[in-house]
Amino acid sequence: MSGEDATEFSLEPADDGGTVHLFGALTVRTVTAAREKLQALDPETVTCIDLSSLTRLDTAGAWALVTLKPGDGSERGFEITGASDKAQSLLRSVEKALPEPETPPPQDTSLVAWLERFGRKVHAGGLFLQALTGFLGIFLHRFARSLLHPSKFRLTSLVHHCEEVGYKAVPIVALMSFLIGVVLAFQGATQLRQFGAEVFVVDLIAISILRELGILLTAIIVAGRTASAFTAAIGSMKMREEIDAMRTLGLDPGLNLFVPRILALLIMLPILGLIANVAGLFGGALMAWIDLDISPAMFMTRLIEGTSVDHVFVGLVKAPVFALIIGVVGCHAGMQVQGNAESLGRMTSNAVVTAIFAVIVADAVFSIFFARIGI
Amino acid sequence: MTDREIVIRLRGIRNQFGSQVVHDDLDLDVYRGEILGVVGGSGSGKSVLLRTIVGLQTPNEGSVEVLDTDLLSADDDTRQTLENRWGVMFQDGALFSSLTVRENVEVPMRGIKGLDPQIRRDLADLKISMVGLQYSAGDKYPSELSGGMRKRAGLARALALDPDIVFLDEPTAGLDPIGATGFDELIRNLSQSMGLTVFLVTHDLDTLHATCDRIAVLAERKVLVTGTMKDMLEVDHPWVHEYFHGPRARAAASEGSAKADRKGD
Repeated sequence: MSGEDATEFSLEPADDGGTVHLFGALTVRTVTAAREKLQALDPETVTCIDLSSLTRLDTAGAWALVTLKPGDGSERGFEITGASDKAQSLLRSVEKALPEPETPPPQDTSLVAWLERFGRKVHAGGLFLQALTGFLGIFLHRFARSLLHPSKFRLTSLVHHCEEVGYKAVPIVALMSFLIGVVLAFQGATQLRQFGAEVFVVDLIAISILRELGILLTAIIVAGRTASAFTAAIGSMKMREEIDAMRTLGLDPGLNLFVPRILALLIMLPILGLIANVAGLFGGALMAWIDLDISPAMFMTRLIEGTSVDHVFVGLVKAPVFALIIGVVGCHAGMQVQGNAESLGRMTSNAVVTAIFAVIVADAVFSIFFARIGI
Repeated sequence: MTDREIVIRLRGIRNQFGSQVVHDDLDLDVYRGEILGVVGGSGSGKSVLLRTIVGLQTPNEGSVEVLDTDLLSADDDTRQTLENRWGVMFQDGALFSSLTVRENVEVPMRGIKGLDPQIRRDLADLKISMVGLQYSAGDKYPSELSGGMRKRAGLARALALDPDIVFLDEPTAGLDPIGATGFDELIRNLSQSMGLTVFLVTHDLDTLHATCDRIAVLAERKVLVTGTMKDMLEVDHPWVHEYFHGPRARAAASEGSAKADRKGD
């Protein structure tokens, strides 16, 4: 068993005594070809395999010898001779360690199995919704408790999160909304000019931004930047057992982690929505002035006369609901993180997708609701 | 002992991080087929020494010779061949978290030309079984395993190509006594059946008693002394004396001799 990296293996067919001689190295490098040659030996004539001319035998080679059986699975009656002490001990330990394969459960591809998998997924989805609702309950309960015991409330943490989720999001939200206003004015103008109804572009911008786009796009941006931040922060604490440490120290994660975060979102999302509305109207007015010669004063008059303030309320009333959705989804995903970095990454991206999707679904439900009650 | 084949030869190693000198003029020989235990206080550079030998850390001075190849002047191909002839088990297994245990063990074997995928799978299963893991462990991901199982899986990956030398970094750290004893026996058995040379960094006195043929003590920036456990007890350097005569050492020693007695029966 010298160390050289031999890659040659050969065998000499059985002689009169039925002995097969092996030459060269029987290692992991030669095992594929060697196994074929060994399998091809005629079990009728071979009674003995001689290893004395092998220069190297490793675990792979020993495995090939130990597992050598004829195609019908019966025991092959041959003995191994000429093995050195080392080779013998290797053969013995490989034989002892030979794994007992368990038969894998057969993959059922029938319609019933498909239905079962589908049913399990629906059930899992239901459980997920239930868990989210439970999380909302935890938040409300802890929030109520902190109202009853104000000394337990983490004001510093709340202010910190308000800065993180609100103040630092102002530039991106304002810029996005401004550009949406510009686009609406531009597209509206091209279409409305055909009817000579350019002035209605003001109504178009005002209603679409105040009612829908301002708050919806703000919520989507916040879902992207904040839900992921919540999940990452809480998830990495979960990963390093900090959450468990908090529990053993008598600190409630709900009160200390979830309440400040979700409450910060509840406070800041309406404010961000308002900023988005103003920025969107400003962008629209600017474009209307440049492209349609509607002066800012005229825009203002038309806006005040033609657009009910109801639209603003319809828009902003959605903000707390969106905030709850984003916060609960983000915190819940963080608590689902397991003990490895991979699950942290997976849960973070899950949280963003779920939060954005849920915000859009909620917006659709609001639209139907407001249409039905006729606001 | 001097006529035995030397597989690792370190001469005049100097490792320095900023102004902190970890090793200075360090010499060490490791012989073929032995289990060498490396001990030393925290911060004495045991892990740095291991990293130096396997090429993860380039020493500031000195020469590293592994299996008659000068590691520091070797070209990439030579190093590659050499890397196939040793296996390293890191402290927590260092398994690839996105692969199952079986795929982890298959990783080193993927580099071999013409190895049939089914045979590779079977060999990986064999290695997993040889380190004492259940067959079903092969399909699991590292995050689903306990610390002891991860170490075993790490050892299976280190042994994938039947290396000449395995390096083990604190193999029994963080294991319960039963698991640690099992691991000690595993190392001993594998080293005998596969003809392995084992370079073992440890703090565990029981491991030193149960598995190591020879012990090297790292102190004062060099290998202070090497020898068998018996030799260690006679060294009168204060740290060595403290280490091998402390209360823990006595407990390990009495247990070790009791075990030896039982074996003798």
